[in-house]
Amino acid sequence: MRDIVLNVNGKTRHARIEERTLLVSLLRDTLGLTGTHVGCDTSQCGACVVSIEGETVKSCSVLAATLPDGTAISTIESLATSDALHPMQQAFSECHALQCGYCTPGLVITAIDIVRKNPEGLTPDLIRKELKGNICRCTGYLNIIQAIMRGAAAMGVPTLAAEGEAQ
Amino acid sequence: MNEFQIIRPAALSDAVAAFNDAEEAMYLSGGMTLIPSMKARLAAPQLLIDLSGLPEMQGISDSGLSLRIGAMTRWAEILRSDVVAGAIPELARLVGQIADRHVRNRGTIGGSIANNDPAADCPAAVLGLGATLITDRREIAADDFYLGLFTTALEEDEILVAIDFPKPQAAAYAKHPHPASGYAVAGVMVARMAQGWRVAVTGAGADGAFRLTELEAALQSGPVEAALEKIDVSAIQVLNEPAFPADFRRQLILWLARESLGRLAV
Repeated sequence: MRDIVLNVNGKTRHARIEERTLLVSLLRDTLGLTGTHVGCDTSQCGACVVSIEGETVKSCSVLAATLPDGTAISTIESLATSDALHPMQQAFSECHALQCGYCTPGLVITAIDIVRKNPEGLTPDLIRKELKGNICRCTGYLNIIQAIMRGAAAMGVPTLAAEGEAQ
Repeated sequence: MNEFQIIRPAALSDAVAAFNDAEEAMYLSGGMTLIPSMKARLAAPQLLIDLSGLPEMQGISDSGLSLRIGAMTRWAEILRSDVVAGAIPELARLVGQIADRHVRNRGTIGGSIANNDPAADCPAAVLGLGATLITDRREIAADDFYLGLFTTALEEDEILVAIDFPKPQAAAYAKHPHPASGYAVAGVMVARMAQGWRVAVTGAGADGAFRLTELEAALQSGPVEAALEKIDVSAIQVLNEPAFPADFRRQLILWLARESLGRLAV
């Protein structure tokens, strides 16, 4: 067992954990933040994506005990305020970018990071490439790509439809 | 996962000593292969030695003739490094094709090289550029490093500390990704070095990454198009799978070599 202290969604959180505790287990089971999902057992699906110090990671493949004290973690719970969704969440809703919703927490965290890392602008092609680590079995991705384009615009980042493609 | 302990040594010698003292220890770098393997109980170490506290394994520097990358450098750091972009831009381009953004944010170059997955991209760069693998006890030439699938010249307790990539005059990598996994069905790096041509193939070899010496020799002695026409790949030992039969893979290697050589000419 070891004691760790992390900054989760802006709050200092202490926990006593086993060395083998995965970050996703810490978030869900110890801290009760069940918005982050576990969609597979093989580190492939991306449902568990959270942000560590501003970089997206699969929280099912990180040992919580290896994170330095004070590491900043952001999860899906950090996005909406009590009366408003984050613009990216709003865009996912408006574009019907989910069906069962299981992959959505990881996709929304990823989508926001794609926008932040590409302030010069987004194209559907770039979004497709960047979504390689997030699997959705319901939508076929088209609505997700539309939602990220719309969410990016709402976040103030320009979007360019690829040639011959409706935006 | 089974229970285990984690330590984070601050000196290479402490890490090696801990490895040798433990019943069953493994070194942990980015964990992008090891942690999924442990979840699947394909690996069950009793001690994990976290290498993230060792300063000599960090950092990227350009010595003029070569580019040195610390083994604990994450793929994402290589991708956004101005030093890499200035020294060997094709290396950054190759790294951009590895796995996905989340894995690149966590996975390290040294962990991947030491694991030696035969379908990984990086062996093509290590072998294609003739890198030197710097460990806690010696330097290993790329040509002596790869010994077969998931097997390298590293001793059991040896730690890969840094990789030294000589700068090519020109280099290009072309890859055919598996449509589901994104791993290389085949990937070919061609490099024109000061000492001559090097061509390395990953993903396809029955024993892991290898140099395509037939093409190197042909490029040495004549123009590119003639070299591609004249080499015989029928004897190359490649992986044979229903989806990607041996003959298909051999043709793919030639096709990718042509693609990379075409990019060099631009």
